[in-house]
Amino acid sequence: MAEFFDMGGYALYVWGSFGMTALLMIVEPMLVRGRRRSILKRISRMVRIKTEVRNEGQT
Amino acid sequence: MNSRLINWFKFSSPATFYPLAGRLVPWFGGAAAVLIAVGLYMSFFVAPTDYKQGEGYRIIFVHVPSAWMSMFIYVVMAVWSGLGLVFNTRLSAMMANALAPTGAMFTFVALWTGAFWGKPMWGAWWVWDARLTSELILLFLYIGFMALQGAIDDPRRADRAGAILALVGVVNIPIIYYSVTWWNTLHQGASVSVTKGSSMGVIMLVTMLIMAFGFWAYSIAVALARVRSVILERERDTTWVAELAEVRR
Repeated sequence: MAEFFDMGGYALYVWGSFGMTALLMIVEPMLVRGRRRSILKRISRMVRIKTEVRNEGQT
Repeated sequence: MNSRLINWFKFSSPATFYPLAGRLVPWFGGAAAVLIAVGLYMSFFVAPTDYKQGEGYRIIFVHVPSAWMSMFIYVVMAVWSGLGLVFNTRLSAMMANALAPTGAMFTFVALWTGAFWGKPMWGAWWVWDARLTSELILLFLYIGFMALQGAIDDPRRADRAGAILALVGVVNIPIIYYSVTWWNTLHQGASVSVTKGSSMGVIMLVTMLIMAFGFWAYSIAVALARVRSVILERERDTTWVAELAEVRR
C-alpha cells in the first residue's frame, strides 16, 4: 500500500498531476451547477415580479 | 431521400436546443464517469511500469488527453465561431462561449501536469521550449477570448469580436502540434501519430485512449450544461424561458 503511494519515488509528481486534474474536473461541474442555479433564481424572481405587477394593474 | 434530410438550422434555435442539450448532458456525463473510472484503474493497476521512467511516466495518462482536449476544444470553438459569423446563428456563438472555460481548464491541466513531469525527467518545471511556449499561448488565447467577450456589453458585438479572435488564434494549433518536429525541442516527439502509428506499448496506448475519450465526454457534458445557462442568461426576457418548468416553481 505504502509502496503504491510512493510511486517509485515519483509520489509528488504523479499525485500532484492526478490531484490537480481531479480537483479541477470536480470543481468545474460545481461552478457550472452554481451558474445555472443563480440564473434560474434570477429569472424566477423576474417572472414573479412581472406577474405581480400585472395582477396589481387589474385590481 | 429528401425527407430524410435534417434541417440543422432548426437546432440553431436556442429554444429548441435548450431541452435537447438537457437530455444529452446525463448521457455524456455518465459516459465520462465510466470511462474515467476505468481509465484511472488501468492507469495505476493495469499499465506496466515504464522501463525508462519508472512509475513517473503514469502522468502521461492525464497529460496527453488534457493536451489533446486543449487543442481539440479550441478547434471546435473556432468552428462554432466561424459558423456564427457566416450564418449569423446565435447558438453558435453561445456554444463557443460555453466551450472556452473548459478548454482553458484543460490547457492549464496540460501545462501543470507537464511541469510535474518535466521536473523529475528534465530537472526543470518550465523551459521556454517551442511546445511549452505555444501551449502557454493557447492558454492566453482562451483567456483573451473570455476577457474580450466579457468586456463588451452588446452580446452580438462581443460574439463577433470573440469569433474573430478565435479564428485568428487557430494558427497556433498546428504550431503546437508540429512544434516537436519543426524545432529541436526538449519535449519528446509525439507518442501517437497519425502517420507513424504508436510508439508505446499496447496497454499504455489503450489506457491513454480510454482517458482521452473520458475527457472528451466530460467536455461535451460540461459544455452542454454550461450552454444551457448561457442560453438562459441571454434569453431571459423571452416567453419560452418564462414558461419553462424549472422557472415556474
